[in-house]
Amino acid sequence: MDAVFLSRLQFALTIGFHYIFPPVTIGLSWLIVWIMTRYKDTGADLYRRLAAFWIKIFGLSFAVGVATGITMEFQFGTNWAGYSRFVGDIFGAPLAAEVILAFFLESSFLGVLILGGERLSVRVRWFASLMVAFGSTLSAFWIIAANSWMQTPAGYRVVSGRVELTDLRAAIFNPSTIPRLLHTVDGALVTGAFFMLGIGAWFILKGRNTDFGRESVRVALITGFVFSMLQLPLGHYHAVQVALTQPEKLAAVEGLFETQRRAPALVFGIPSSKDETVRAAIRIPGALSLLAFGSLDAEVKGLKDFPKDEWPPLFLTFYPFHLMVMLGMYFIGFTALGIFLLWRRKLYGNRFFLSLAVLSIPLPFIANELGWISAEVGRQPWVVYKVMRTADAVSSSVSAGQVLFSIIMFTMIYGLLFFAWIFLIFREIRMWMATEGDSAVKEVMS
Amino acid sequence: MSGLQVAWFIMVGFFIAGYAILDGFDLGVGFWHLFARKDSERRLVLNAIGPVWDGNEVWLLAIGGCLFASFPPVYATVFSGFYLAFMLVIFALIFRATAIVFRSEHPSKWWRSWWDGAFAFGSVIPSVFFGVALGNLLRGLPLDDAGNYTGTFADLLNPYSLLIGFTGFAMVATHGALYLVLKTEGGLADRARGWAQKMWVFYLVLFLIAGAVTLVAQPQLIVNYNSLPILWIIPALTLAAIVMLGVFNMKGEAMKAFYSSIFSIIGLISLSGSALFPNLVPSLDNPQLSLNIMNASSSPLTLKAMLVITLLGMPVVIVYTVWIYTAFGGKVKLDEAKY
Repeated sequence: MDAVFLSRLQFALTIGFHYIFPPVTIGLSWLIVWIMTRYKDTGADLYRRLAAFWIKIFGLSFAVGVATGITMEFQFGTNWAGYSRFVGDIFGAPLAAEVILAFFLESSFLGVLILGGERLSVRVRWFASLMVAFGSTLSAFWIIAANSWMQTPAGYRVVSGRVELTDLRAAIFNPSTIPRLLHTVDGALVTGAFFMLGIGAWFILKGRNTDFGRESVRVALITGFVFSMLQLPLGHYHAVQVALTQPEKLAAVEGLFETQRRAPALVFGIPSSKDETVRAAIRIPGALSLLAFGSLDAEVKGLKDFPKDEWPPLFLTFYPFHLMVMLGMYFIGFTALGIFLLWRRKLYGNRFFLSLAVLSIPLPFIANELGWISAEVGRQPWVVYKVMRTADAVSSSVSAGQVLFSIIMFTMIYGLLFFAWIFLIFREIRMWMATEGDSAVKEVMS
Repeated sequence: MSGLQVAWFIMVGFFIAGYAILDGFDLGVGFWHLFARKDSERRLVLNAIGPVWDGNEVWLLAIGGCLFASFPPVYATVFSGFYLAFMLVIFALIFRATAIVFRSEHPSKWWRSWWDGAFAFGSVIPSVFFGVALGNLLRGLPLDDAGNYTGTFADLLNPYSLLIGFTGFAMVATHGALYLVLKTEGGLADRARGWAQKMWVFYLVLFLIAGAVTLVAQPQLIVNYNSLPILWIIPALTLAAIVMLGVFNMKGEAMKAFYSSIFSIIGLISLSGSALFPNLVPSLDNPQLSLNIMNASSSPLTLKAMLVITLLGMPVVIVYTVWIYTAFGGKVKLDEAKY
């Protein structure tokens, strides 16, 4: 195991773990804005309790997101010094802008939102919730702009061994920024919605604080349905962009080896880069040409048209993508069923649907991770597409042993944090289930 | 040397000062919280920084982001060179951030003791290591011609850097105790005043020793001072601020003591910056290899774009930060505490 492999493993582990948290907090933050708006306008006790509970859950999740985000800000320097020297002129700017324009905002107002309850008016806390939601979404913009530049670099030239910025707007709004931003933020809203939906359903199933559970389920279900549906055009928009700007990635994602017109879309298949075929394939003829380029006769490039040392690893590009799409279809079907039940006024008594809602909580998290794996592995062997290879990006002054040590530490610490996070969320839910209203919760906390 | 490069040297210093002043007292509070007597006192101490620590920590990320954007080779050399040390700091900061939020979520003794330990570890390690890092930068690093650090982890823990590290710790611990005096009442505030007084002695003595050792053993740091003697006013004012913070604290003028502490921190960072300029990462044995603001900066376009973003963004940040400190001003009370 060399330092390149280990640094890649560490980056994957640390960002994979970090990426559990930002989507759910972005999604929840907007749902909390809605709760705070209702509370500000009606003053109803129901919304006071909803705000108290969801802000607590949000705060626990945000803390782990912040803690694991520290790693990300510095890991380019610690493990990817070659990368940092080469692309710093462009890549550092969106990271710095994220901190100055977004992260200060969300972190500062989070304290107001969580701790302002006794001191500050509802109006001020409502404003704080809005700033947290706005800040965390703006964070997503800058981070995705930076990451998208690695996928589809623009607005730069290579001068004396480094990349130099020539056009700030072109670099930030590179060809994949907007499609990836919309796709990712939409995924975050689905994640937040399923989280709230599942936990709300659990309250109804337990028969405690059911008014609270019903309101959570109703709002989350509508949000979840709208944004699951919206993912169809947004996901498509992103796929079209990949087809236009990263043809190898499209070919790997679709398991397409031969360049062809009327290229088929795979419904199922087992691709093998060794045999350069897909086994057990079920194909829809012409569908890929139509979806990617809007015409049955459009030619889609296959992997064989590219040098084999520039192929992305097939397994981790192909399978995660297809699993993600299946999960996306499930989200649409499941929330559509829920909307139907809501319309027929049968939702809150349907224990099957409510149980399924609880079990579905992890699925959007998994879909987020799968989409990210496919997107980033699909960029390999490049760290910056066609500009710099991952193998050249690593820190030369860091030994494999040092990286191994930090991987072991990260695994232990993140494992511990994960279980502490789950434990505390379960505990919070159980406290609210112990009685009607929030009297028991208040007693326990004092 | 362009104006933009100089502006960014100053701007990085500004973010370091912002971090040291704001998260400095959080880190100091994290150390003193070990000395709180009961669970209720620990919660008071935690809640003293409760609403603000998260925003304060962002200043550290701002240092990282701005260093990356303005001086990428420095970001690359420092963080890869200090790999193990910096990993320890990251682990510590992760524990600190989660400990504050998680600690009070469960009443059992083992749970709280564990997170108390994590919080203290998470506060003490960074406060020492940031100083050690500065000490190494002041002293110079062994670099190869690609700008990579060629020493080991143990090399970082040299006597001079440890001296700066402990000075930094004393600075942060004094600062944190003074903050607690402002935010708490009764017996706890009285004890915090005593903590500040004891730690102030260390702060003053270590500052004088570090100054003397620098004059004798690190002549390269005096070059700027000799060519521009007016700079000597910075160490003089810093010394005055450190002395005054102890005097004000003894007289029970907590706010003045805290402001003196802030001035002393600004002073320490300014005097280090004036000693380093125009270097950012001096090479230990070959000055040709030093990373300075000329050979390690981003392109003028990037520096200009980032300067505009920073000058537009930071005033807004400062306005809402001041507002939040005002909104949560006064002494902490447990009945409105959340952590």
